[in-house]
Amino acid sequence: MNKSVALTGNEAVATAMKQIEPDVVAAYPITPQTDIVQYFSTFVADGQVKTEFVTVESEHSAMSATIGASAAGARAMTATSSQGLALMWEVVYIASSFRLPIVMPVVNRALSGPINIHCDHSDSMGARDSGWIQLYSEDAQEAYDNVIQAIRIAEHPDVLLPVMVMQDGFVISHAMQNLEILDDESVKKFVGTYKPDHHLLDVKHPMTVGSLFLPNFYFEAKKQEAEALERAKKVIQEVAKEYAAISGRQYGFFETYRLEDAEVAVIALNSTAGTVRGLVDEYRAKGLRVGALKPRVFRPLPHEELVVALQHLKAIAVMDRAESFSTHGGPLFNDLRSVLYESKERPVVTNYIYGLGGRDLTLDELRRVFDETLEAARAGYYRNRVTHLGVRE
Amino acid sequence: MANLRELSKGPEIFTPGHRLCAGCGAGPVVRQVLHALEGAPVVIGNATGCLEVASTIYPFTSWDASWIHNAFENAAATLSGVEAAYQSLKRQGKINDEIKFVAFGGDGGTYDIGLQSLSGAMERGHDLLYVCYDNGAYMNTGIQRSSATPFAADTTTSPVGQAIPGKTQGRKDLTAIIADHRIAYVAQASPAYWNDLVTKAKKAFAAKGSAFMNTIAPCPRGWRSDPALTVELSKLAVETCFWPLYEVENGKWRLTFKPREKKPITEWLKPQGRFKHLFRAENKGLLEQFQADVDQRWEDLLVRCGEK
Repeated sequence: MNKSVALTGNEAVATAMKQIEPDVVAAYPITPQTDIVQYFSTFVADGQVKTEFVTVESEHSAMSATIGASAAGARAMTATSSQGLALMWEVVYIASSFRLPIVMPVVNRALSGPINIHCDHSDSMGARDSGWIQLYSEDAQEAYDNVIQAIRIAEHPDVLLPVMVMQDGFVISHAMQNLEILDDESVKKFVGTYKPDHHLLDVKHPMTVGSLFLPNFYFEAKKQEAEALERAKKVIQEVAKEYAAISGRQYGFFETYRLEDAEVAVIALNSTAGTVRGLVDEYRAKGLRVGALKPRVFRPLPHEELVVALQHLKAIAVMDRAESFSTHGGPLFNDLRSVLYESKERPVVTNYIYGLGGRDLTLDELRRVFDETLEAARAGYYRNRVTHLGVRE
Repeated sequence: MANLRELSKGPEIFTPGHRLCAGCGAGPVVRQVLHALEGAPVVIGNATGCLEVASTIYPFTSWDASWIHNAFENAAATLSGVEAAYQSLKRQGKINDEIKFVAFGGDGGTYDIGLQSLSGAMERGHDLLYVCYDNGAYMNTGIQRSSATPFAADTTTSPVGQAIPGKTQGRKDLTAIIADHRIAYVAQASPAYWNDLVTKAKKAFAAKGSAFMNTIAPCPRGWRSDPALTVELSKLAVETCFWPLYEVENGKWRLTFKPREKKPITEWLKPQGRFKHLFRAENKGLLEQFQADVDQRWEDLLVRCGEK
């Protein structure tokens, strides 16, 4: 049933999309997501999918057409990166407010300016307040698995929200990796058929989508969105359980590594998490009680579970691959530190901003993070709340 | 040929109770276009604008058909997605109805902010009709100039001041721009010529592929005209050749109405407060310039339509 293959992150996502076989895909190419659009075009050209592929003239239209298709009762997908996501910003919020179960792979790339095509998380972090569910993926395997699960999460009647699935640009999107894919039939059975209760093409039951909500209704609509994100937590876990049954791969809100008895932890999203685990082993071999946590679900934020997982620690380093320009650390740091305010014994929490615009994170730089966090654990306070790591001063 | 008696018996998709202003030209345009469907199922797209805000104040709707508004600049892209879903689901045998698709946008959402989205949808050849109701400014936000605003018009962003007498530029010829996309059907129409407009809408709905109609839609607020004169002004726009009626079918341009006598542009300008300053002695030159521009565009059109 499971097949071992060697694919790039983009190929893995395109393969998932082919197996999902959405009714409509509307997408625009952008580095480093381009391969996804190209592979999917080939599937369409070769008649391998029934999908109506809309070769839109921009990402704004990609999201707009995807919204139209989804509101019309189609299972609709798109994919993007960086400037593409920035261009669709306006309608990204509309997709979630319409409660449309759109799934969008996002290949993380730094936002302009200055223009840069390499990886950081400024694109998807900018969309963190848009009402979309955000799943982060360490490698091609996780990107593949997350895209398939995203369909079920998005379309669940308790949720009905769009989902973006992230992977690191180039580092993962263009790197060949071994992974296991499911057979087409298993994926089709898992995602099932999309049958919305209401849609535009049900002409016998006409509906109005996108009406004007004045102060007497707007607030309730937004509150309902927030409640749907809260309900998504249970659905994400249920879907992961079902997915584990067919794939043998377990997914939670986050993945911990040697964390239970650790005093110090480093938290990082996506591909960096692998590097962090390598150093956890190195420090453990020296007898130091370190561990790691890799968030998978960033929106909704699983705050209760995070408190439980992290409150026993003495010090935590949160790695952010995006600047928030708050002068108070990156987006992941601020959310996690806020979450830990609820723990009894608050760990010392510091922030390392790294890898912007594709800057490599070296092992020595990461060793510095571990060393400084161990020192903070011993001292009970931090030297620097926010450190820009690996940048020329 | 449309017949008023028959039209009046057809279903009214744009229903009474909407909040469009008295004398708004968008209402008659929408009703005439939708009457051309003769009861065929339709999904309607709408750009942000007067028509949208006046017709769907939650929890009310004026639309007795499926309707979607997404944002300002993307009515064409949004409806292209709806149409793509229809093609996909129909091919899979999940939908059997024959459904038509029509988007409405004002000149702001069509000529300006939505031009890219419109061009993309037309180029891709989606089987849909896009109708622009051109009232010549961003009326919804309070009468700001657009690229459809006529020369010298007084708007809130091209005000008549001590130094500058209104809009200094002429109009963008959007109908010609869309015609140059070589789509199935393009037409320019006026609600005063309901028969012509409905006939064109029927052709547009029957055409296989993308169709576009540009319609003039007086705005008593922005034009500073008597709401009772909306039909008259829609008519004078045609009779003065400011807004000629023509169609482009399979690349062939054809006038659908040729005024017996071309009236001077002043007859259309005079009842509109936004052109009041043109009738001051010192602005005589502007008036002449306006007329010369109308004449030139009319001559060009006659050539394109094989009339000269």
